[in-house]
Amino acid sequence: MATDSQLSMWEVFMQSKPGNNYIHAGTVHASDKKMALQNARDTYTRRGEGTSIWVVPTDAIVASDPNDNDMFFDPANDKVYRLPTFYVMPEGAKAI
Amino acid sequence: MELLEKYDKLSEQLLKTFEGKIERGDAIEPRDNMPDGYRKHLIRQISQHAHSEVIGMQPEGNWITRAPSLKAKQVLLAKIQDEGGHGLYLYSAAETLGITRKEMIDQLHTGKAKYSNIFNYPSLTWADIGAIGWLVDGAAIVNQVSLQRTSYGPYSRAMVRICKEESFHQRQGYEIMAKMMKGTKDQQEMAQDAMNRWWWPSLMMFGPHDGESPHTSDAVKWKIKRSSNDELRQKFIDKTVPQAELIGLTMPDKDLKWNETKNCYDHGPIDWNEFYRVINGNGPCNRQRMEHHARVHHEGGWVRAAAEAYSKKKENI
Repeated sequence: MATDSQLSMWEVFMQSKPGNNYIHAGTVHASDKKMALQNARDTYTRRGEGTSIWVVPTDAIVASDPNDNDMFFDPANDKVYRLPTFYVMPEGAKAI
Repeated sequence: MELLEKYDKLSEQLLKTFEGKIERGDAIEPRDNMPDGYRKHLIRQISQHAHSEVIGMQPEGNWITRAPSLKAKQVLLAKIQDEGGHGLYLYSAAETLGITRKEMIDQLHTGKAKYSNIFNYPSLTWADIGAIGWLVDGAAIVNQVSLQRTSYGPYSRAMVRICKEESFHQRQGYEIMAKMMKGTKDQQEMAQDAMNRWWWPSLMMFGPHDGESPHTSDAVKWKIKRSSNDELRQKFIDKTVPQAELIGLTMPDKDLKWNETKNCYDHGPIDWNEFYRVINGNGPCNRQRMEHHARVHHEGGWVRAAAEAYSKKKENI
């Protein structure tokens, strides 16, 4: 026996039905794309939880660093004019 | 010296941020800072939980070829496949903490990581398949429902997924028991015998009494554990006794009785000597379970090697 490799890791995203967002379900181990897709189906959709699956090699994921959250997401905090509640509507205005 | 002080200050700050999140009830995610103890506790708990799901396939697998009907066989296969799936959800959650699958399996094989004691008992008759689904999965559900609110995000999400699937397991077990209790005298005796053998080990699944549990205090402080061993055990007893009575099973505990003031059942003493005897390797099936897992794992090595070689070959074309 040459190896006890556990194969490489893939992230699994699932769409529960057409029209919905793809949501992260977890990971599987597989040696290639085809096996990753089949393992994802067997692991995460035994009861019709999904109608479409994406698998992505885990090392292809780029993630933000939670330690940088304050700085990284700061531009969103001081631009309240991006929110509809920022604007003053004349009294009596409807359907807006 | 100055650097060291700076370092201390930083770690103190990180710990404060972490504790603040726990306090507020925010989930902790894989890339968040967390104390070493929190990470270690989770790796130990989640990997052992994963091993339990996988080792738990063995006592049930023992009955696939002897299931009494095609329907029973199909159901049992589906249930065992679920247990394998649950193991994978949990390995996947543990891997987010920086441990590899290989390390976890090595720890299982060397005995460093344990698995639920209950699977060191043999499944002697078909009624045991009923008792395992009803009592063992029933006890596991009580624990897992509580763990849905655990503070570590990936563990909590795995628990939500598992809980959705477990109730099928418990109901199929109870159906087997109910059916046997409506059957011949021999079948009824078989069901009662399974009940007698699985009841006490099921109560032990919740672990030692509060105050005697070595890992509890940190786990509660960090909201990994959301209910105490005794609270969960009581919940399990209170919901199981009426189910047993309904189908005519006798509880194998002469001290068990309804306590009007406490509004729950009192139960007799649990034999903790047996618990420690089995957990330390001397249960009826400890060696068999481990040998089987290690053998199948190594025998399957060539399949993984071949899959990798095939994938490399395709890359080279």
